[in-house]
Amino acid sequence: MRSLINILDLSVEEIDELIKIACDIIDHPDKYSEKCRGKKLATLFFEPSTRTRLSFEAAMMELGGNVLGFSEAQSSSAAKGESVGDTARTVSCYADIIAMRHPKEGAPYVAASRATVPVINAGDGGHNHPTQTLADLLTIYREKGSFNDLTVGFCGDLKFGRTVHSLIEALSRYKGIKVVLISPEELKLPSYVKKDVLKANGIPYEQTTDFDSAIPSLDILYMTRVQKERFFNEEDYLRLKDSYILEPSRLEHAKKDLVIMHPLPRVNEISTEIDKDPRAHYFDQVANGKYMREALILKFLGIM
Amino acid sequence: MRVDGIQNGIVIDHIKAGRGMEIYDLLELKDKDCSVALMINVVSSKMGRKDIIKIDSDIPVDYDVIGYVDPGATINTIKDGKLIGKTNLKLPKKLVNVIKCKNPRCITSTEQELDQIFRLTDEENKIYRCIYCETAAKSKQK
Repeated sequence: MRSLINILDLSVEEIDELIKIACDIIDHPDKYSEKCRGKKLATLFFEPSTRTRLSFEAAMMELGGNVLGFSEAQSSSAAKGESVGDTARTVSCYADIIAMRHPKEGAPYVAASRATVPVINAGDGGHNHPTQTLADLLTIYREKGSFNDLTVGFCGDLKFGRTVHSLIEALSRYKGIKVVLISPEELKLPSYVKKDVLKANGIPYEQTTDFDSAIPSLDILYMTRVQKERFFNEEDYLRLKDSYILEPSRLEHAKKDLVIMHPLPRVNEISTEIDKDPRAHYFDQVANGKYMREALILKFLGIM
Repeated sequence: MRVDGIQNGIVIDHIKAGRGMEIYDLLELKDKDCSVALMINVVSSKMGRKDIIKIDSDIPVDYDVIGYVDPGATINTIKDGKLIGKTNLKLPKKLVNVIKCKNPRCITSTEQELDQIFRLTDEENKIYRCIYCETAAKSKQK
């Protein structure tokens, strides 16, 4: 049974295929409105999520299918002590496909090993969130037309940001990618990602704490939030929190076709004034996430 | 010092000095109902010093445990007092219930009936990663 736990579970060719399906859904939504009639998606969310759960549910509804599930562990049998594996096996009797979010890393892997229907990882702690990466990839593709020869800047919390790690992994399989890592010293990309992904794939990269000087070279700017709880002391947080806020003045020397992205939710790291800038694409990412989830559901249910 | 030969069982030889006790512990040899000799810091012409474990019984032994702690160790199989086989070890590709994941956010921290499974992801640097959360656990052998 095919499941999606990590973005690298999908080959480059499969990602191309999903992008092709998603683009066709965007262009011809009516063609897909009955594709999943009679099929059920179970959304098993052991921790709260607004975007991802609603995106999965909207995706299934737009395909004409039905949705069942829960949105917090307290309303599931987990509250009675049921294992993830047993929950997945049970839900396999009710649904044709499962989307699971869980605070524990590896929980969707356990679910996939016990379920008899496909399991899609909708986020497991700070570990993987492959459908966010699919949303990011579709956004880049729709704005840039390909994944080759791009200079991609990642800014903010590069240490704990799972979306950053996954997108770097996904992009490392394409040609001509350059990576610029912009973060405070405290939140630098972990050395194992640099070694196992960037160096291992021969991806040139540059690390800097200077946001302004990095911006002009970028084709993509992927922003993330610098979270207070990541710092050992408040003094460091207060010193650094405003260093990585994107404001209109910072875009003065940016490329005209820069693509500004953010996995959301944002707090203050992108000024709301940027929302009007045509280079802002973070809300497109939200829409694209839904289309990629539709494509994934169709593929994993064997409909496409 | 002299330890007698064994009749039926195995001799784990060429263990890097200092690793014998760890193998002894991981194989849970203190709980086995058979004669076991653990020799530490034995003089070796090849290695200078080495550890040796002799198990005088054909109890099942997990060679992956030994390979994980010291892939340079060798295993001599003895039957009726005679050497009948020699096994060279290597780092096992997978470890099942040998080491535990130390990541408190890993699903194995709350679902303790799950097998603790690690996969060798970097042979050169001897790095094993938990199959659930992918947290690295480094092999003791350098």
